[in-house]
Amino acid sequence: MRTRTRGVDPIPWWLKLTAVAVGLYFILPTLFVIPMSFSSASTFQFPPRGFSLRLYENFFTNPAWLDALGNSVIVAVLAASLATLVGTTAALGLHNLRGRLARYVRTLLMISMVTPAIVIAVAIYISFLQWQLVGTFPGYVLAHAAIGVPFVLVSVTSALGGFDPKLLRASSSLGATPLRTFLTVTMPLIRRGIVTGAVFAFVTSFDEVVIALFLRAPTLETLPVKMYNSVTVEIDPTIAASSSVVVTAVTSICLVLQFVGSRKKTAGS
Amino acid sequence: MPGLARRRTPSPQWLLLLPALALLTVILLVPLGRSFSQSFGDTGWTLEHYKTLFTDGVTLTVLLRTAMTAAIVTVIALLLGYPYAYLMTRAGPRLRGIMMVVVLVPFWTSVMARNFAWIIILQRNGPVDSFFQLFGLNVVLYESVAGVTVAMSQVLLPFMVLPLFSALSGIDRKLLLAARGLGSHPVVAFWRIYWPLSRGGVVSGLILVFTLSLGFYVTPALVGSPQQSLVAQLLGQRTTQLLDFEGASALGMLVLIVTLVLVAWANRIGGTISAIGVAASAPTKGRP
Repeated sequence: MRTRTRGVDPIPWWLKLTAVAVGLYFILPTLFVIPMSFSSASTFQFPPRGFSLRLYENFFTNPAWLDALGNSVIVAVLAASLATLVGTTAALGLHNLRGRLARYVRTLLMISMVTPAIVIAVAIYISFLQWQLVGTFPGYVLAHAAIGVPFVLVSVTSALGGFDPKLLRASSSLGATPLRTFLTVTMPLIRRGIVTGAVFAFVTSFDEVVIALFLRAPTLETLPVKMYNSVTVEIDPTIAASSSVVVTAVTSICLVLQFVGSRKKTAGS
Repeated sequence: MPGLARRRTPSPQWLLLLPALALLTVILLVPLGRSFSQSFGDTGWTLEHYKTLFTDGVTLTVLLRTAMTAAIVTVIALLLGYPYAYLMTRAGPRLRGIMMVVVLVPFWTSVMARNFAWIIILQRNGPVDSFFQLFGLNVVLYESVAGVTVAMSQVLLPFMVLPLFSALSGIDRKLLLAARGLGSHPVVAFWRIYWPLSRGGVVSGLILVFTLSLGFYVTPALVGSPQQSLVAQLLGQRTTQLLDFEGASALGMLVLIVTLVLVAWANRIGGTISAIGVAASAPTKGRP
């Protein structure tokens, strides 16, 4: 045990090596997606042959890909807005509520986080067939808003965690209406929680593929469904460009969110 | 609602819950409830569809294969996640921040991009295959359960690392030093002191990863083989191809019940779901 003499509590080298390997495993898929997107080959071979922007060109000019991208953005924006609206009001409603009933409501609102997506997808598909929502914008938006609610609820609830209810009483004793109190007292304090929740709801919808596969129609499919088809049906390498665009966009959004958040936190403390 | 009696204006606060409850009831609960009732037959009441699951010869095989795959993924996640979570507790604040960001990368990586990448990595003559060809071996994991396992472990590892990290950072390391000071071998000290203290995090991680593995649809469909499908594929197939809504509902309810029981168990042990939610929405949050 040579290591034991080196420090009081050393970390063995093989442990460090394992952690580095695990860290690489986490980012491995991302490492492959980006180089693939510059391939000039028309297959999925790796390493990619040649260097070209052909796949990006196809992604941004081919109407089929552009339509899918547009559909995804519209669905995600609407679903995130709806989820943020109802999720934030629910978080405000649940704040400071104790007791069994409040706990049941919270569990109910969180249920889609633990239910397998495929079970939700199948149930929604069967019901939406009857309600004629399959392959429609309202269908996508409602389904995606429902699975986005838990993210908003969690982040707004945690933003409300440090919220002092005395402020509300102070505000109303000074004569402010509940709405005014919300806009001028509550809102600025929980804004970051709301934005975080909205971004998560957006990303969740934008990236959602299982439910979207069941709701798809030939005339209306989202980007993830188009990507799914490009692997299973068409063998279209444009998916590499699409993947790297999506990965870059989502990662930038998350990093910006995190950067803004951590700066605020250090400034506050 | 006895607790509310003391509040001056109890009703507006409950009204705030209505929009969310309405949305989730109509879009999730009603379809799931209809699925539940459909699983007992459209007309009359029968357990036939549940009985068929275990007697048709296919479903049971697929269920066992799914459980087996989930178990292997869970063990891999523990073996890789434990050292990583341990080193996170030992790293300085800056390195720990980086390690936390790396853990969360699978959350950010788009589902389709990730699965596409695994196809590239695992395909014939792909990077993994080429590497093993140097040793004269043919390792094509694409279109196999092994490939699905590799791809699933990667994305489920965060669900092991996060509860583990929160459990491990609560352990007082001085206990280990004391054990060593008293002459205990590091391995013995780990096994007798550290491991038992970390067991809460281990158990919630295990349950969480196993549970989430059961419902995977896209990865087995894209990286796996159609001949060796997992339960989610079977569920999808019964719904959209065979239009056997009652049979699909019964299978879906079985998966849902197993999942909810496991989640409730994990929740009892460590409040895992909310922990994951908080970690996911506040990525840089370090030690609680």
